[in-house]
Amino acid sequence: MIHDSKLALPAAEAAPGPEAASAIANVSRRALLGGAGALVLALAVRVPAARAEDPPKFGADGMPHGWRDDPTLFVAIAPDGTVTVTCTRSEMGQGVRTSIAFVVADELDADWAKVKVAQAHGDEARFGNQDTDGSRSLRHFFMPMRRVGAAARAMLVEAAAKQWGVPAAEVTAENHVLTHAKSGRKAGYGDVAAAAAAVPVPDRAKVALKDPSAFRYIGKGRIGLVDNVGITTGRAQYGLDTRLEGMLYAVVARPPVFGGKVKSFDAAAAMKVPGVVKVVTIDPPQMPYEFQPVGGVAVIARNTWAAIKGREALGATFEDGPNAAYDSDAYRATLEQAVRKPGKVVRQEGDVDAAMKGAAKRLEAEYYIPHLSQAPMEPPAATVRVGKDGKIEAWGCVQSPQAARDRIAKRLGVDAGNVTVNVTLLGGGFGRKSKPDYFVEAALCSKAVDGAPVKMTWTREDDLHNGYYHTVSVERLEAGLDAKGMPVAWLHRSAAPTIGSTFVAGANQQIPIELGMGLVNLPFAIPNVRMENPPADAHVRIGWFRSVSNIPRAFAVQSFLCELAHLAGRDPKDYLLDVIGPDRIIDPVKVGDVWNHGEDPTLYPINTGRLRRVIDTVAQGAGWGRKVETGRGLGIAAHYSFVSYTAAVAEVEVGPKGEISVQRVDIAIDSGQQVNPERVRSQLEGAVVMGMGLALTAQISFKNGRAVQDNYDTYELTRIDAAPKVINVHLVQGGDWGKPLGGVGEPGVPPVAPAIANAIFAATGRRIRQLPMRDKLSA
Amino acid sequence: MIKLNVNGEERGFEGDPEMPLLWYLRDELGLTGTKFGCGIAACGACTIHVGGAAMRACQTPVSAAEGQPVVTIEGLSPDGQHPVQAAWRDLNVAQCGYCQAGQIMQAAALLKDTPKPTDADIDSTMSGNLCRCGTYPRIRAAIKQAAGLTPKAGQGERL
Repeated sequence: MIHDSKLALPAAEAAPGPEAASAIANVSRRALLGGAGALVLALAVRVPAARAEDPPKFGADGMPHGWRDDPTLFVAIAPDGTVTVTCTRSEMGQGVRTSIAFVVADELDADWAKVKVAQAHGDEARFGNQDTDGSRSLRHFFMPMRRVGAAARAMLVEAAAKQWGVPAAEVTAENHVLTHAKSGRKAGYGDVAAAAAAVPVPDRAKVALKDPSAFRYIGKGRIGLVDNVGITTGRAQYGLDTRLEGMLYAVVARPPVFGGKVKSFDAAAAMKVPGVVKVVTIDPPQMPYEFQPVGGVAVIARNTWAAIKGREALGATFEDGPNAAYDSDAYRATLEQAVRKPGKVVRQEGDVDAAMKGAAKRLEAEYYIPHLSQAPMEPPAATVRVGKDGKIEAWGCVQSPQAARDRIAKRLGVDAGNVTVNVTLLGGGFGRKSKPDYFVEAALCSKAVDGAPVKMTWTREDDLHNGYYHTVSVERLEAGLDAKGMPVAWLHRSAAPTIGSTFVAGANQQIPIELGMGLVNLPFAIPNVRMENPPADAHVRIGWFRSVSNIPRAFAVQSFLCELAHLAGRDPKDYLLDVIGPDRIIDPVKVGDVWNHGEDPTLYPINTGRLRRVIDTVAQGAGWGRKVETGRGLGIAAHYSFVSYTAAVAEVEVGPKGEISVQRVDIAIDSGQQVNPERVRSQLEGAVVMGMGLALTAQISFKNGRAVQDNYDTYELTRIDAAPKVINVHLVQGGDWGKPLGGVGEPGVPPVAPAIANAIFAATGRRIRQLPMRDKLSA
Repeated sequence: MIKLNVNGEERGFEGDPEMPLLWYLRDELGLTGTKFGCGIAACGACTIHVGGAAMRACQTPVSAAEGQPVVTIEGLSPDGQHPVQAAWRDLNVAQCGYCQAGQIMQAAALLKDTPKPTDADIDSTMSGNLCRCGTYPRIRAAIKQAAGLTPKAGQGERL
């Protein structure tokens, strides 16, 4: 901790570039090297490799490099009392820089007005896991960060006690002030910071955490974002905003079809464009392609505009390769054929076939969900400088800075220890920025221009044409109902190209993380169930998109349940509750979900009572059952994902020409205790809007292997005029702080599309089984 | 040479007159508050004021701005206290924040022309500004607050 040269993290570090007046302070390479002893120590502390006989690891323990709670890594206190908390998770709109900082500040008893946030570079051996996805940041780091704050507080108390020659037990810390009541002595945190740095870090087991009743920031939800000023004044630094001395700008002409290769290009024509400096080819990836660039021709110039004009002048042509015929309409038919045949059984209970034969009523339905692009407002962007001293430094918007570091090192054939990745703010991520192919591109370009820093810009067309797309799926459901209308047999076949194909060439079966997103972990009280996964080949890069496979699963399952309710002549909400059945605890492993979002199944079982409670809460909040205007309907849906429970009610109006407008959405979440309820609300508000976009307007389709949509004019997302005028977020309180936390960033999205589909049905009697739905009633 | 006035400062530019203001502001002047989102005037992330009107910098050539004052998010207010900026902070509007400079510039132009906007005014003026995080409910609320139609919430205050 503090300003000791061996242990200190700097209180506020330099911005990414010399010209930048940054709101996002970075812990720079310079600072790290300044504390060389700490660096060596950190690198020496490696998580031992798992052995076969080791018990399975869950939560943060199960993530690469796990977690850290050493306060000297995360807290610095300057002589003026300024507390700088280092955030190791990427900020992409979830508010993690604010939330992590006030968790530390609360346990530290710091004055929030004196707290600043620095952003860690990518170094998981030092900081623990930094892969910011899976709705995990607070779930995994709330407790370690509490211990960080509490340990730092104990060190301050110890230092003050020593200075005053009094027992530590008699010293109190409150709101940045240390007090010894008996003698009336007081000191600010800054006054004893240097002495505290010399105090040994207390044993983890001896660090006393606050009683939650004493929390001042945690759970209160009225804290301004630490980046508010930067964001509202234009000073906030995103990946695309890096500026360095002598920096050049690059764009890449990439193969429009995945697996394609460069055939020809006119480098001389590009070089004639004023400002163009160099034309460089980037080799196609080795298989599996993972996070490698797709290859192409880079144009490096003195400004972005010249690079874009130079790329146009290249006139690059490509051999399209094995995916040249990929056509999303034809592929839909392929997936439909796949789900009409048996597939690999991934969960089975009872005898579905016999129960189906004996059912009083039967229903089967297929649901189609197209490819999507994350399309964060800030496209992928990275700047890299390949120094002549062998040191490589990168700046950019990235959810997985360690991956960026490792991939640069691998491609350039250097040790990762020579690569520093500085993390800027992310202008949205949604999964796209977990795949740092653009960092590797920037590094290759910098190397090609003798180490001058190069900023790699992806245009929106690049983003939509060369993405890591959300998979496309057909979900087939069959159910048999008994005489009372309750399901006694349930068959779900899911066919979708797998994210696994990114990491294993040719993989065509879904992997546990996909199966565990609403397929095998279906929490319904149905005696005979079978889930199957027919194969599906990938023809584009498949990546994760906020909420991932939960999107198609929730759309299919929750739409189908509403269809069954109709068949049974039941109210959809009552039917949903009855199908979930009584409150009970389901062991995810027993139903075939070996993944369970990476969490310990004993700590995080599926709790149907919690699922029921969010349904009751949202139904009450939305006034379920109320009379709505003519042409309108209410729809309900619920889903369990990222170890949290959500339910939504949509009120939708359908106009005379089939125009669909979403008037109001109520959404409820039970994610356990909520560290920052205000950001939970904002995440849920945003999830409603994003869920509505994919429900009604967004899709990426392919013709001749090429993405059809070019930009936001054709990849249509929800705008303010279409967004519901009323979004009500209902937070279900999660009991006590001793219980594990659930995810927040992703669970809000899945129930939105089926709630809208069900509301359309309520309004019109018409059932739409495919996304996006906007034009499906106007034909 | 093209003569420009950006945030009150006189500037000269001798490069490609067709270069969009977006890249001139960002790459040449280092005013990176104006964001790139689409390049085809479909998202509004690059919204600036040219001659007092909201414009998309990605579709405005440098040459078109000659003789008219250009104001970017950095120049909207000397101290960042424009009522729109203050309302944005008060309501914690931003999630990732990337589109918000453009949203704020568009909203400031709206309030200049329409000091007491209705929901329909907000819809028609702000629908060119995309937000992938989905902050629209708060954008709407912040515009109303900046217009004095609703009281300060205090949500985004630092405790």
